[in-house]
Amino acid sequence: MTDMSDPDLTPKQKRQLEKEHQQRLKYYSASQWTLIWWRFKRHRAAMLAAVLLGLMALAGIFAEFVAPYGPVTRDTKYIEGPPQIPKFCDDNGCSLRPFINGTKTERDPVTLRAISVPDPDTRYYISLFVKGESVKVLGFIPTDRHLIGLDDPDQKIHFWGTDDLGRDVFSRTIYATRTSLSIGVLGVLISFFLALAIGGAAGFFGGMTDNVIQRVTEVIRVVPIIPLYMGLAAAMPKEWSTTQVYFAMTLILGLFGWPTLARRIRSQLLSIRNEDYVVAARLAGARPRRIITQHMLPSFTSFIIVDLVISFPYMILSETALSFVGLGLRPPSVSWGVLLQQAQSVRAIEQTPWLFIPAVFVVVAVLAFTVIGDGLRDAADPYSEAK
Amino acid sequence: MLRFTLERLIGMAITMLLVSLMVFIIMEIPPGDYADRYAFRKYSGTGVNVTEADIQAIRVELGLDKPMIFRYFDWIGGIVLRGDFGQAFAFETSVVKVIGDKVWLTTGILFATLILTYLISIPIGIYAAVRRGSAVDYGLTIFSYLGLALPNFLLALVMLYFANRWFGADIGGLFSAEYRDAPWSLAKVWDMLKHLWLPAVVLAWSAVAYQIQTVRATMSDELNKLSVTAARARGVPERRLLIKYPARLAINPVVSTIGFDVNRIFSELPIVAVVLGLTDLGELLLKAYLDLDMNVAGAILLLLTFAIVFMNFLSDLLLAWLDPRIKLGA
Repeated sequence: MTDMSDPDLTPKQKRQLEKEHQQRLKYYSASQWTLIWWRFKRHRAAMLAAVLLGLMALAGIFAEFVAPYGPVTRDTKYIEGPPQIPKFCDDNGCSLRPFINGTKTERDPVTLRAISVPDPDTRYYISLFVKGESVKVLGFIPTDRHLIGLDDPDQKIHFWGTDDLGRDVFSRTIYATRTSLSIGVLGVLISFFLALAIGGAAGFFGGMTDNVIQRVTEVIRVVPIIPLYMGLAAAMPKEWSTTQVYFAMTLILGLFGWPTLARRIRSQLLSIRNEDYVVAARLAGARPRRIITQHMLPSFTSFIIVDLVISFPYMILSETALSFVGLGLRPPSVSWGVLLQQAQSVRAIEQTPWLFIPAVFVVVAVLAFTVIGDGLRDAADPYSEAK
Repeated sequence: MLRFTLERLIGMAITMLLVSLMVFIIMEIPPGDYADRYAFRKYSGTGVNVTEADIQAIRVELGLDKPMIFRYFDWIGGIVLRGDFGQAFAFETSVVKVIGDKVWLTTGILFATLILTYLISIPIGIYAAVRRGSAVDYGLTIFSYLGLALPNFLLALVMLYFANRWFGADIGGLFSAEYRDAPWSLAKVWDMLKHLWLPAVVLAWSAVAYQIQTVRATMSDELNKLSVTAARARGVPERRLLIKYPARLAINPVVSTIGFDVNRIFSELPIVAVVLGLTDLGELLLKAYLDLDMNVAGAILLLLTFAIVFMNFLSDLLLAWLDPRIKLGA
């Protein structure tokens, strides 16, 4: 082991040693959360997933600004139209700015149905921050600017096509992202607090309380969850407003999402119940609530976070599934599941495959949460050997 | 073994009792009761003026005016003593008649799915553990991610689409058109088997993804055990060694989670049934919920849960037989 005061060292080696020393110092003095963050950063897939999810969340939060049109705005000139892909070149030459060709109505030569066909002689240019519908971003910032759209305010671009009422699939998907992700967040939060209270009580008090809680948990775990959710969702009165239905859905998802997490909290609490510092706190006269939240929970917070992250996919998938069969959110609310309702048949795959684009969001969101959960699990215990 | 079986049986009975309470509460939650819906259905559009007194009369006649706890005992008593699940108002007949042979269809789907799941996941899981780090192993990890991420109804739609393309239009549902209303016969059973593979594949998808990972993880642990090294040192052929020591233990976690798999399959069943046009309990359950036909819905929920609890019981017994340590430990 070389020492920094060793006179034989060249200045370069000294600097090198000094640097290593600083690094080690930084490592040993870093807080648990800093270490977790360092370790998480090294997990490439998880970082990528986090960025993707972050973008999705941003798009959802600022949906009014990001989406070119409102979720129920209809374009009667472009019904069940395929996606319009921006291009730089057409038969009339190229341009540096992306554009789309206009459409004109023609008769289908076989069925004589009115259909929209591209008109190569008109061009509409795509711009950022274009003027459009007046909206309130976040519900209170009024603006008529939108992130992306066409220069000509009378023309509309549908990046991902339109549905049977001429509503823009891209805009609707952005709005749906907000609904679906926020239902997931609220549902997870509700089940987290329930798990904390129920698992905490079972793990801290043990004995009879624990036995009863374990029985109830067992019963909830044994009933198939989607049919259970469906039963509660079916009970929502038909005349409820979309807001009421939305909050009822978060409540339903949250009310039965707690058993897995509660079990985890219980077993962790049971294992550290007799640690010295817990006994000391109890002898000092601290109340159960204080002991649990101040002394016991911090020792496994990181594991709880991992469990929370990996419970998101179940919430999102449940909401999507319920809305898909018409027992969850109802139109005019838009969520991923509501959008996919329109894509329920094989006919839809054949004729309007772009209606499935929201499904890509579901898959990406669920995968992202799972990958982040894996990354966090590896990072959650920063004092273990680095892999 | 007898004592162990008895203990499990009693545990099963207690769980079912609590489950039945919960199911009953779910049946009671929707606004209005059976009498309201019955009166509405019977008299709506007939021009008869139904008063609150008429509905009350129906209520008294059916015993619905009694306090909830009495109604619960009426309900559960009817089921346990007489196998009577009450009336299905939307069909104007008894629940038992409505459910009828759909129970057997659902059982068929369930077992087809379970068999498919284990036939695929156990050998592949073992293979992945033996060839850890290979391309196959890596591919399976990606597959297992997709197992969770792909919503089952989406998978069902995609499968249906390709099945239609490759095998012709008559692939959805459980029967061909000519057998749909025909009485049961060998030909009809054969026809059902030809249709069963599609729902089985869709429902097995996520279970397979999950079980492969379980088998792979246990198998990996077992491969590092000294018993394996010792057997290898004795010169036991590799294939026999794998089957005799680690593989035997690697199926234990699979056996212990049979109930869990059944739960997952039943959970996905209603939604997959809608997409694939299956005429089983899942589809009926969804229809009953949409019509608020709570007697039918409650009966199906109870039956599905009973199947799960029963499979849990079977898996406990099977596990105790496979691995005697468990019986002694419990």
